[in-house]
Amino acid sequence: MAPETKHLEVTLETHVESVNLAEEMCLRVAEAAGFSEEECYRIGMSVREGVINAFHYGNQEKPDKKIHLGIDLTTDKMVIHVMDEGKGFLLADVPDPLAEENLLSTSGRGIFLMRTFMDEFKVVPGRTGGAEIIMSKKLPLPGEPPNNRNDGASKSGAPHQEV
Amino acid sequence: MPALYATAREDGVITVVDLSGRIALGEGSALLRTTIRDLLDRGRNKIILNLGDVTYIDSSGIGELVSGFTAVRNRQGELKLLHLTKKVHDLLQITKLFTVFDVYSDEGTAVRSFL
Repeated sequence: MAPETKHLEVTLETHVESVNLAEEMCLRVAEAAGFSEEECYRIGMSVREGVINAFHYGNQEKPDKKIHLGIDLTTDKMVIHVMDEGKGFLLADVPDPLAEENLLSTSGRGIFLMRTFMDEFKVVPGRTGGAEIIMSKKLPLPGEPPNNRNDGASKSGAPHQEV
Repeated sequence: MPALYATAREDGVITVVDLSGRIALGEGSALLRTTIRDLLDRGRNKIILNLGDVTYIDSSGIGELVSGFTAVRNRQGELKLLHLTKKVHDLLQITKLFTVFDVYSDEGTAVRSFL
């Protein structure tokens, strides 16, 4: 880790309330880092979806398992890690929620929202044996107008970048 | 973070549900589910969800909207959406659900669409 990197790591219970807690923590960091209100919304939503994924799919809502949340603030981006204690998964196995046959599915949009709202997104095997979601957002440039980077909603379908 | 509040109004056979707050994992999604289920149990299957004061929806909330849409349709009814905020509008657009739901910006027009 570069010396300029600030790192925060917390362990969360597998509980619905952890979703709100993780979102609020990351929002505080994002606001302090200078992200616009719109970018904070996208970061908050992505963290929320990552923790919902860990809570529901990874840990299968089992209270004896934990959710590990990490935030790295580097000189140019905010990187968020969400790790569960499940069995892991491959992105290739996640159904496309935009496919006609999945449009009326009641679940399966979380990964899509994270990919859409963040600049970089990937899933790797975590050190606890489960999945680790790693996603990042470039920091606003100094002097950049607060709402100058509100292009996320139009990114639908755009290929995502690897971290 | 504020919870979700729901108030139902009846206009003939049509029910307008005014929602405010967050439709998100937990109480918000659960309240939306029980609200729609209770209406259907009372035979009210022409429903307009007024989302004008809904400040936030996550993937769980989106799933609950879809679930409600399907449940109402299975009871030979219709569920329509009214007054989307920009954030909700954008979410429905990027998830392609804008093409699934009937969406209105005027309550009178939404009510007349059932007749």
